Parts: sequence; C-alpha cells; structure tokens
Amino acid sequence: MKEQKVILELKDIRLSFDGRDILNNLSLTVREGTIHSILGSNAAGKTTLAYLLIGCCSYIPQKGKIFFFGQDITSLNTTQRARLGITLAWQEPARFEGLTVHDYIAVGMKQPDEEKIRRALANVMLEPKDYLDRQVDKKLSGGERKRIELAAVFAMEPKLAILDEPDSGIDILALDNIISVIQALKEQGTTVLLITHREEVSEISDVTSLLCSGKIVKEGKPKEVGIYFKERCIPCPVNVCPTSNTTLERK
Amino acid sequence: MQQDYQQMLQAYATAEGNPLIFRDSRIAHLVVHKNKVLGSHLVAGLELVPTEEEEGISLKLRLIKNTRLEYPVHLCFGIIPEEGQQVIRIQADIEDNASIKIIAHCVFPNAVRIIHKMDAQIKIGDNSSYEYNEVHFHGNNGGISVLPKARISLGKKSHLVTNFSLLNGRVGLFDLDYDTVVGEDSSLEMSAKIYGFADDVIKLKEVGRLIGRNARGVIKSRIAVKERAQSEVINEMIADAPDARGHVDCIEIIQGNATAKAVPIVDVRNEFAQVTHEAAIGRVDKKQIETLMARGLDEEQAIDVVISGMLK
Ligand SMILES: Nc1ncnc2c1ncn2[C@@H]1O[C@H](COP(=O)(O)OP(=O)(O)O)[C@@H](O)[C@H]1O
Ligand SMILES: [Mg+2]
Repeated sequence: MKEQKVILELKDIRLSFDGRDILNNLSLTVREGTIHSILGSNAAGKTTLAYLLIGCCSYIPQKGKIFFFGQDITSLNTTQRARLGITLAWQEPARFEGLTVHDYIAVGMKQPDEEKIRRALANVMLEPKDYLDRQVDKKLSGGERKRIELAAVFAMEPKLAILDEPDSGIDILALDNIISVIQALKEQGTTVLLITHREEVSEISDVTSLLCSGKIVKEGKPKEVGIYFKERCIPCPVNVCPTSNTTLERK
Repeated sequence: MQQDYQQMLQAYATAEGNPLIFRDSRIAHLVVHKNKVLGSHLVAGLELVPTEEEEGISLKLRLIKNTRLEYPVHLCFGIIPEEGQQVIRIQADIEDNASIKIIAHCVFPNAVRIIHKMDAQIKIGDNSSYEYNEVHFHGNNGGISVLPKARISLGKKSHLVTNFSLLNGRVGLFDLDYDTVVGEDSSLEMSAKIYGFADDVIKLKEVGRLIGRNARGVIKSRIAVKERAQSEVINEMIADAPDARGHVDCIEIIQGNATAKAVPIVDVRNEFAQVTHEAAIGRVDKKQIETLMARGLDEEQAIDVVISGMLK
C-alpha cells in the first residue's frame, strides 16, 4: 500500500499543570485518510491531548511542536486550526439554550446544505424531522447530545476529526451505529483521531497508539495493542506503564 | 398624517412586523402615532375604543364573553420625530370563555428625547386566555425612556402569557413593572428578553401572586448586557394557596464593563405550595465559545451565536 501523507505530527510534547506533567515526551504521527486510535485508561491524558490539538482551554505545551500537513500550528488558536480543518467532538459537549440542532450543525459548515444536515442526523440515527428544530440544551439526553456532536463534525467535513470517547454515554446497542459513522467520516475523506478507553472500539482503526501517563508507550495493529492493553494496562494499579520509561515499542 | 402612517409602517417593518396584516380584514389592528389614531380595524367580539388625550391615548379593550379570536390583534404605537411623549393607558376586560392574542409593536426609530409610558389594567375572567407579545424598536440613539406598567388579574382556569422583547437597536432607559394575580387553576408565563449596550439601563420588576388553589406561575428573564450597560432584574413569586407552583428563572450574560444584578424573591405562604428559582449571571460560558471556535467561528462570532440563541 502506498504510504499516505502525514496529516498530523506531534514532536516531543510536554504539557504540565502546576508543575505536574500531564503529557511528556509525547510524539505521534497520524497519516491522512486513516482512522488512528488513541487507546488509554482513565486519566491517561486523552482529553488533554485532544485539547492540546485544537488549541483550546489554555492547553499550551511547555515544550514540543504540533505540525499539520507540515505546517507548524503550535501557536495558532482554535479558530485558526478549525479553519485549517481540525475539529473536535467533545467527550462532554456543551449545551446551548435557544440554539437549534439545525443551526448548531450548520454553524460549522462552509456552505450550509440542508440535505447534508439531514443526512448527518440520519447517519447518527436521529430522525431529522424530530430533531432539527429542537434545542441543543439540557433537555437532550447525554446520548442524543453526543450523536448531535458527531453529526455536526460529519457535516463540517473537516480534514481531521478528533473524537473524544464518542462511545461513552452511548448505549451498547448504538455502538455499531457510532462505528459506522466513524467509517463514514473516513469514507468522506476525513482523517479520524479516535480517542477511546475500550480496545474493542479501537479495533476499527488502522493504527492504535497506546497512551499511558501522558506518553505513547506502544503503537501498532489495533488487535495487538488491544491485547497488550487488556493484559497489562487494565489490571495495572498505578496507571504508569512499565515500558513508559523505555523507548517507544514499535511492531 | 398620511406621511406619519407610512413612516410608522416602515418602523414597524424594521421591528420585524409585517405591514401587510393591516390590509387583512380578518385581523384586528390599531395604529397610534403619539396621541393620534392613524388606523384601526375591528373584528366580531372585540371592542377597542381609543380616546385621544393630550399626551397619548387611553384605550378600552373588551373581549366579549365566548369570543375566541382566530387571529392575533396587532397594535402599533410609536413616535416618529426625535422628541416627544406618549402615554398609553389601557383598560382591558377579557370576559369569560374568551381568548385573545395581542402582538404589540412599539417603535421609536429616531428617538433622541422620548418618553413612552404604558399603564395597563387587565382583567381576565374565567376559562379565558390572554397572550400579550410586545416588541420594541428604539433606533440607535438611546435617547428614550420606556416605562411599561401593568396590573393584571386572572380568574379561574385562565391562562396568561406575556413576552417582551427588545433586541434591536438601543434600549435607552427601560423600567418595567408588571404585577399579576393568579386565581384558582390558572397559570401565568411571563418572559422578557433584552439586549443592552452602550449606557443602556434595564430595570425589570415582575411579580406573580399565586393566590388560587393550584395556580401556576413562571417568570423568565434573559438579559445580555455589554459595554457600559446596566441591568437589574427583580423577579418575585408569591405562593399563597395550596398546590400553587411557581418558578423564577433569570439568566444574564455580561461582557465588557457592563453590570448585572438579579434579585429572585421567593415567598411561600402555604405549606402545600412550592416555588423554585434559578439565577445565573456571568460571562458567556467558555466551553460554549470554544466549541464554536472549533467549528471555525472567531470569538466574537461565537459570542453572538450564544447570545442570540439565548435571546431567541
Ligand atoms: N486543567 C488541568 N489542570 C490540572 N490537571 C489536569 C487538567 N486537565 C487534566 N488534568 C489532569 O490530567 C490527567 C489526565 O486527564 P485527562 O486528559 O482528562 O484524562 P483522560 O481523558 O485520559 O481520562 C488527570 O490526572 C487530570 O486530573
Ligand atoms: Mg477524557
């Protein structure tokens, strides 16, 4: 298979809060057109990585650089990065009183297209006619809100979509649907950085990177990394990977 | 006079009114410039008697028993010149088994030194419903004082909705005072949405008195202030009957050097009654802004989307 272009590259990132490293020595390469998963236990630094990538929430690295198609974007703000084509589906998306689902989805589209908005909703199994005029407020369930988030990301047609635990808070029956949406993103040409703490979800990806204590400690085929995760990380009481001080293991 | 009428219609359209309704014979309307009635139309079951006074008009509105109006009644009040005073006195009597929806536009497109006072006494009988929507447009100078005052009473099994909005142009000085008494099995929904900037001053005092068994009331305020604008919202709900239920809900968003104050007053005088309240004042939520920025909006656009959603 032809090597795809590098869409995203993180070089030796360190990010700390109050003197405590949340991400350290973090390097990562994501190739265009792939689903690349970041697998990690609770508190591994997954959401921190997502915020760092979209440049929000004052998550500025103390060290290291972020490249998007070779361009250094480390000092760009969230708007600038979004306009380059990077977006995030939040683990816990915000609520907006008075803003309709339709308008919330349309806001990120370069050219709002009614047909695309409907398709985006139908894709996440929300009937457009029931949801378009509803508000993205507290009255939506957590699961509905997360699906709308995915629909909005899909409709935006970003180059890189970071999905922070799209499967959390979604009932198990709907998991297949979430997976098919992720595949639809890939098919429309969006590269997906799929953040999850479930190895069975990471299995749909092309490459999995295992994040532990703010570092990528293993990378490779999703199945192999998943087995490692299940055997070594899930039972691990300290959440500090034994290999995290050694160099990155590659397959 | 004809010219005033044309200008009123123009201002009316700016305030998002649709002037075509003034030609529809199914729809009752009244257009008042300063203290002159420029146009009116009535429908069956509705009596609307305006009397021109020195500083404005007094208006007697009566909806006759068993009349359920199919279309809203449109009222348009205003002053076209830069200066002037308009006092509107309304006495409304909504008889039993009747329903009416009123859409009032108050337009002062060129206000530099204008005072607009409204003084309403509204009596709603039993099994009736009264919906009152008021939209204001004050132009961009801010030279206006608007002082609406209403005393409303609701009989049994009746329903009152009031929506007030002032979202385009300057507010000036706005001082609203509404007080409603709610009888048995009746309900009240009062809502106000205002966007203030420059040195606008917004004062709201809305009181609901739930005096009948099973009376219901919600008072909702949504205010956004920026620059040097000030707002003060007093929402009071008094529950004085068994099974009365009330809720007071105020959100104010501030930016720049604006200030906002919210005073929810919850006053329960019966052990079987309940009133709840929520109040929040603050900047636009950061996560909301960052969410929209991650879709490509800049910070200012994002704030606009959040505020206009809240005020919609
Ligand atoms: N703003 C912050 N300030 C201080 N500590 C933080 C901050 N954000 C995250 N952390 C800490 O960083 C670690 C990783 O958090 P997070 O990235 O949310 O983990 P994950 O998403 O993998 O569950 C946690 O220990 C968390 O408490
Ligand atoms: Mg997380």
